[in-house]
Amino acid sequence: MTESLTDLPPAVTSPAAPVRARVPKSRLFTWPLLAGLAATAGLVALSLFVGVYDILGAEDGAEMFAITRIPRTIALVLAGAAMAMSGMVMQQLTQNRFVEPSTAGTTEWAGLGLLLIMIVMPEAPLLVKMTGAVLTAFVGTMVFFGFLRRVTLRSSIIVPIVGMMLGAVVGAVSTFIALSTDMLQSMGVWFLGSFTSVLQGQYEPLWAVVIVVVAVFVAADRFTVAGLGQDVATNVGLNYNRVVLLGTGLIAAATGIVTVVVGNLPFLGLIVPNIVSLFRGDDLRSNLPWVCLLGIWVVTVCDIIGRVIVMPFEVPVATILAVLGAVVFILLLLRARRRG
Amino acid sequence: MITLTSVAKSYSSEVAIGPVDLTIPAGGITALVGPNGAGKSTLLTMIGRLLAMDEGAIEVAGLDIATTPSKDLAKIVSILRQENHFVARLTVRQLVGFGRFPYSRGRLTLGDEEIVSRSIDFLGMGELEGRYLDELSGGQRQRAYVAMVLAQDTDCLLLDEPLNNLDMQHSVQMMHHLRRAATELGRTIVIVLHDVNFASHYADRICAIKDGRIVHVGLPEEIMRGDVLTEIFDTPVDVVDGPRGRLAVYY
Repeated sequence: MTESLTDLPPAVTSPAAPVRARVPKSRLFTWPLLAGLAATAGLVALSLFVGVYDILGAEDGAEMFAITRIPRTIALVLAGAAMAMSGMVMQQLTQNRFVEPSTAGTTEWAGLGLLLIMIVMPEAPLLVKMTGAVLTAFVGTMVFFGFLRRVTLRSSIIVPIVGMMLGAVVGAVSTFIALSTDMLQSMGVWFLGSFTSVLQGQYEPLWAVVIVVVAVFVAADRFTVAGLGQDVATNVGLNYNRVVLLGTGLIAAATGIVTVVVGNLPFLGLIVPNIVSLFRGDDLRSNLPWVCLLGIWVVTVCDIIGRVIVMPFEVPVATILAVLGAVVFILLLLRARRRG
Repeated sequence: MITLTSVAKSYSSEVAIGPVDLTIPAGGITALVGPNGAGKSTLLTMIGRLLAMDEGAIEVAGLDIATTPSKDLAKIVSILRQENHFVARLTVRQLVGFGRFPYSRGRLTLGDEEIVSRSIDFLGMGELEGRYLDELSGGQRQRAYVAMVLAQDTDCLLLDEPLNNLDMQHSVQMMHHLRRAATELGRTIVIVLHDVNFASHYADRICAIKDGRIVHVGLPEEIMRGDVLTEIFDTPVDVVDGPRGRLAVYY
């Protein structure tokens, strides 16, 4: 039997010095993270008290608080965390920094699923609508991934362009169907991401994304290994296809659920993972808490801006996210070009 | 020990590999040499079960790679391909840590961390372990990749042109590290090399491949002959005695 590194005394493999004790700290709650949690709590509190209705002064203030403000804020937290994480997983699986549910067509597919359910079963409960959206989002994402695997793309920038084209085609099909069934207006309302209509008794299915978030935490290392490519993944004994399938399922679930309850949140999954990666690299497991937090911050801040900017009216959060996301997207492109 | 039994793979009627029968004994460095497109990398990738073969069977340490679960093979054979463009921003240490994935599935134990440290030190990367891969030079990055497959702690190591893009100094250093891994750690290393002079100096055995078939297998001194190399590479090669051993001269 041959000797292996395990059996060797340290002196043999590192003649210069004994192996240093340099096991990196694996503490989950570091000071920066605690500060981040505190900042999140502050933003959440701010979100609870910003709005046209005078929560503290009015007679039915407490009631309104419970009906709209609390559900809205919970929805912000859940949707922000889930979409940011979906973007991160998607970027690992495609090995491409520009991919996220809204640049891969996933959101448009979810919209198509939602529309079909609304036409076939107009009175369907939210849960059925969600299932439809999740299923089409899964199929659509697999189509996108399948395309990427079959075609070798020379430039990483082509990948999101292909995704957006795919999304545009699916969106056009949706629009056509909506036009011919007189659903265009309700589709527009459903699809434009906004937390205005998030009310008690309506948003609760959104809690399902917690399952997705937990699953991503558990499988984090698999996604990082898959992000090193199929060959490296196979080399360390990981079933690459199974991981891609799992990741696609989680992304589709998060996107489908959020699209049905809140609407489209463009670029969120693009902005957040890229900023986190810039500061902390791409070790998924240690990044996940930060991706969650930053996702919550971005959505909450955008939503608060939307509530304040044209008071007493509201600008949908998707509009503000799109502006912010476009700026970050362009900065990323410039950065990618500079680095070659 | 690695055994290939009538292994074949065909891409089209003109491009085909095999049938190849080959036995690579345990221990030492075996170099695969041959002209471009001869099938060296394809053969290595098939041994590392990254590419399926059409016919035949491959056994590594007595295990049939087609039927043994990938998880178990990952503890016996590791393979490093030529092109490694990682988009993911990982530090050297994080990357090498993933070499322990077959054992820990990502949650590194103290024992894993120690092996990671030793692999990093073995390749002289101790100072750089906290750096991100995209901050390293080509030679350093290549060493980090080799440290990763070394940390996988497998008996067999398959390396596809690890000297690609390395300058003289880094090529020699890399071969030196691999030589030590074979001698001191008793690993079986199979390596695809472009330069027959490197193969002749550092390998224990040379296996020459041409047009998808094995044309010569032997000790370096058996292959390092003008007529043999001329036949393998289809270009006039002279072998001369240099100050540090035999040298193939072809330009």
